[in-house]
Amino acid sequence: MNKVMELDQVMGKVHDGMSIMFGGFCGVGAPLTCIQKIAESGVKDLTVMAVVATYPGGHFDLAPLFANKQIKKFICSHVGTSPEAVQALKTGDLEIEFFPQGSWIEKVRAGGAGLGGVLVRTGLHTMVEEGKEKITIDGIEYLIEKPLHADMAFIKGYRADKWGNVEYRYTAINSNPTIATAADFTVAEVNEIVEVGDIDPQRVGTPAVFVKAIIQGNTFKEHKAVYHDIWASTGQLK
Amino acid sequence: MNAKEMIARRAAKELSNGEVVNLGFGIPTTVANFVPEGVEVLLESENGALVFGAAPKDGEEDPDLGNAGGLPITMIPGSACFDEATSFCIIRGGHVDTTILGALEVDQEGSIANWATPVAPGKWSPGMGGAMDLVMGAKKVIATFVHTLKGAPKILKKCSLPITGKGCVSKIITEKCVLEVTPKGLLLVELAEGVTIEELRACTEAEFLVADEVKPYQL
Repeated sequence: MNKVMELDQVMGKVHDGMSIMFGGFCGVGAPLTCIQKIAESGVKDLTVMAVVATYPGGHFDLAPLFANKQIKKFICSHVGTSPEAVQALKTGDLEIEFFPQGSWIEKVRAGGAGLGGVLVRTGLHTMVEEGKEKITIDGIEYLIEKPLHADMAFIKGYRADKWGNVEYRYTAINSNPTIATAADFTVAEVNEIVEVGDIDPQRVGTPAVFVKAIIQGNTFKEHKAVYHDIWASTGQLK
Repeated sequence: MNAKEMIARRAAKELSNGEVVNLGFGIPTTVANFVPEGVEVLLESENGALVFGAAPKDGEEDPDLGNAGGLPITMIPGSACFDEATSFCIIRGGHVDTTILGALEVDQEGSIANWATPVAPGKWSPGMGGAMDLVMGAKKVIATFVHTLKGAPKILKKCSLPITGKGCVSKIITEKCVLEVTPKGLLLVELAEGVTIEELRACTEAEFLVADEVKPYQL
């Protein structure tokens, strides 16, 4: 029942050519320790799925994976915040598949929930509808958006107990609980690993059933320092 | 006052008390600074927050609290945080009253293009983010932008860039004018001081009708 693993053990499951989902939104709620390790491993030809690319301006978050050209295909709603990704797109080193953000998250939810897809009106009469089936229900036209699922998912939580119940804080929750459901092997990176029973059941954001491995990331003190530094160095604090 | 501030001040007058509002990047973000006294709006951030405060002071930031650009925000009385799927239930499900967005192009049918410019043949950036969901789901869509780009019109007969939504814009606010999108086409309702209708036609590719009473630009 104890799912706590060393990062090296988890890295043994990361291979060239696999599909990986990452939680986070422009850097907030991103599994930074795991990302760094994947960047160092040199694993390549990845299909990566994340809501958006990176913290604006690059050099943080998923940036090293784009800079190292480890990602072959990126499935997202927005790439513009990452100079590394935009450069790779320009040179043909990166393929991008865009979905509207609300469709992206529902596709992932469908992938995790065993649904055959979702029906959305978003994207009708735009480039997004190209190549997709449409269906009319009660006189309203919808696009059929198929599910998204990955080989692995890396999420970031505040705390996890040793069974893998994960607690989130504030907006760092973002895509994490949804992608936690949509991969064959979900890894939760957290600031603190606690004993079973230490997390109040009503504070559990991702139940342990979805989590296969728990990784100790930055301690909360280190975590605070990392975000202070990135925000202070980019002039975002008063 | 520069053009962008004029636009933001004018757009803020579109907001009414108690509305749920989502502001896009650029000029729309600054609209929050000009919300009229007595008007309280509930700002929504698509990464998962409803009601939030300004950037924190150095040392008061929380590493788990950012906006849709990844930048630090604060929680204030009434704030709520939630996950992405809930955020887009708010947006897609029709629970946003007004969205104010920037635009690369808008056309006379009320279509808007604001997500894609070519970076290489057949390759587009930056991506639509939440904009396509917002223009589909919000009750009112306001497009705000500087009237021309290097002298070239941005209000066109037909958008040339990939569109974000077809016929979804209800109002266009630039530093020169306010146009409403009506079933008969664009309608000029306000004109900035010192701008004539002839000058406006010269820098606007789209056809537009002129209201019986064109009002002065409200600042």
